[in-house]
Amino acid sequence: MKVRLGLGSCGIAAGGLQVLEALQKEMESRGLKLEIQKSGCIGLCHHEPLLDWIEDDGQVFTYGAVNAGRSVEILEAHLAGRGPLEAYLVSSSDEPAEFLQQQLRIVLKNCGRIDPESIDDYRRQDGYSALQKALAGMSPEEVIKEIEVSALRGRGGAGFPTGLKWKATREAAGFYRYIICNADEGDPGAFMDRSILEGDPHAVLEGMIIAAYAIGAEQGIIYCRAEYPLAVKRLEIAIAQDRENGLLGRRILGSDFSFDISIQQGAGAFVCGEETALIASLEGERGMPRLKPPYPSESGLWGYPSSINNVETLANVPWIIRNGGEAFAALGSRESKGTKVFALAGKIKRGGLVEVPMGTTLREIIYGIGGGVKAGRRIKAVQMGGPSGGCIPAELLDIPVDYQSLNNTGAIMGSGGMVVLDESSCMVDLARFFLDFTQKESCGKCVQCRIGTKRMLEILERICRGAGREGDIELLEELSAHISENSLCGLGQSAPNPVLTTIRYFRDEYEAHIREKRCPAKQCQELLKYTIDPDRCMGCGLCVYACPADCIKGGENNQPYYIEQENCSKCGACLDICPERFAAVRVPGT
Amino acid sequence: MHFCSKNKRPEEKSMLDAQLDLSPVLKIIEEKRHEKGSLIAILQQAQEIYGYLPLSVLKCIARELGIKPAKVYGIATFYTQFRLQPTGKYQIMLCQGTACHVNGSERIESTICQELKIKRGETTPDGLFSLESAACLGCCSLAPVMMINGQAYGPLSAEKAVAIIRKIKAAESLSLVGGEAQ
Repeated sequence: MKVRLGLGSCGIAAGGLQVLEALQKEMESRGLKLEIQKSGCIGLCHHEPLLDWIEDDGQVFTYGAVNAGRSVEILEAHLAGRGPLEAYLVSSSDEPAEFLQQQLRIVLKNCGRIDPESIDDYRRQDGYSALQKALAGMSPEEVIKEIEVSALRGRGGAGFPTGLKWKATREAAGFYRYIICNADEGDPGAFMDRSILEGDPHAVLEGMIIAAYAIGAEQGIIYCRAEYPLAVKRLEIAIAQDRENGLLGRRILGSDFSFDISIQQGAGAFVCGEETALIASLEGERGMPRLKPPYPSESGLWGYPSSINNVETLANVPWIIRNGGEAFAALGSRESKGTKVFALAGKIKRGGLVEVPMGTTLREIIYGIGGGVKAGRRIKAVQMGGPSGGCIPAELLDIPVDYQSLNNTGAIMGSGGMVVLDESSCMVDLARFFLDFTQKESCGKCVQCRIGTKRMLEILERICRGAGREGDIELLEELSAHISENSLCGLGQSAPNPVLTTIRYFRDEYEAHIREKRCPAKQCQELLKYTIDPDRCMGCGLCVYACPADCIKGGENNQPYYIEQENCSKCGACLDICPERFAAVRVPGT
Repeated sequence: MHFCSKNKRPEEKSMLDAQLDLSPVLKIIEEKRHEKGSLIAILQQAQEIYGYLPLSVLKCIARELGIKPAKVYGIATFYTQFRLQPTGKYQIMLCQGTACHVNGSERIESTICQELKIKRGETTPDGLFSLESAACLGCCSLAPVMMINGQAYGPLSAEKAVAIIRKIKAAESLSLVGGEAQ
């Protein structure tokens, strides 16, 4: 018997450490010696914090929304032979949660199941057998061939074939080579790479060592976001364990191959996800992209050939070497092979980490796995690819998830952020939100990106404020064309995507803002005016307590309340709290 | 945009900075001097020591490494991780990720701003709270989320956020009163 706790960043944020503390205390007071295994994120984020009870025969019972008190209850029930405790049970080995049932996990295979700080745990799951296989029986060219056969494409967003990249780096002239792992996951709304690094760091390291062997690199660097302290810590532990076990350092596993890995923390710049900007940042400069070619595979870090691969890409590599490229290519659709991990979030019932074969439809992911939107709501669109991506409307949910189909909609595969939107999300506001992001993150090198995004943001802001003009939509489209054509890197080239896709599919919302000064989704605060209907107000005063701006006055002698408009922050708290049977708070014009 | 907002009055700050002990940063520079491209790492470690990057520290790094202060300043202002102003005792990081945005993080921000009477990137005059935003804290299923000194709170509503802040305020004023009584 043992207990397993999900202690990724999300589990900790939800209160996982308090559960750990309570369990340790309880066991101490009972004089019980039970192993508590700390694991990464299994992906059932909507049920965090998670606790697994594992029987000696391997049966697993997963409990959700556990707190200190519940964890003790669960412990008691199992110890007394009364378990499993159905009330909190969300998944078990006999009856896996619907959320997990429809997934195919290659990259996330170990996440949430093993202790990420234990190399032995990883080894028990065939860990490092792929490296052994590659070093003992395959030439570097054969490794590259295998990756080419698998048709693995970069999972960071651009989707460049990994085998080609490795081949180019191997064949480039230069007596020193680098392999760089891009763990600068900057897309707002995406947390796949963080979960992989926190849940299964050895898989990424194994993939990286194999990649280094294939391209002939002696030095590897993981460029990780500083906002992911837990991922950095677990990587450091894993690297130290690899060194102790002869998996990093000189003459790895008795072969002629020597290689080592260091970690460099990013300092918070979205543009550093772009290869050449990332290299500039590694060299201690401002992270500004440069013209390509030469590509990093010819002239990268310090001018040496470098291969830059995303976390998820590298985590796929051990599986491909173990099972063969053809087995990988058998998964997925005709054009896009293998699986893809998505971070499902937003207005979804069951959010979390999802890994599905390429070619699965959006509908299957959102409804089948995610359970659709929250009760009483209707799905309006799904945002994919973050600030570089776009919004796919509900009518197109039956398209398969592969690189080409997604590009056809105007969105992109991106790194895997999938944010579901319902009718309460304003599409103009969402476009403004992303432009606000790209405008701040533009490095400033290209005029079109630096000033163009600023101008687009200003137009979107005035539309949201109710000051939009006829011709604004056309102006946005014109600016978009200039920015994407004349920017050097992906950030600028793709910055207009959120605007273009929302105009393409939700032009009526733009028009409602511009012509009728109306926000159909009731999101644009300046277009809203909250009032209290004096005929309906019963003077209960709930809204007075809810109002954070203290601007609801009146109410003496059971008189109705009213809102002082000049101080109203338009937070909507009064609307939310006003009892349905009164429904006295009104938002005219929507 | 953030290039100018972080350091409004450099001349005023440098007066205060003059009394800073620079020996820890000198030690870091000594360790990293021969590593190629280590400027960002030096700045990161310096910020860990001082909590922010005082102007005198930036000048010291430039002098010691033999590079122009403008270059050090250019890098310190390029990356959002670096702060040129001290933060409050309680650092509020409001997540601005997509999931938080569609779940109403802007309303929460405006409510917090109203409660603390500061804007994003500022610190309250009593030095208790500073408000910053993060692109994404990666806890999307708890959206909307804020983090105060590393502790995440979510899912938030405007009232919940204010209640959390008021609770901290109350605890602080209590400990202040307690301290005076002694």
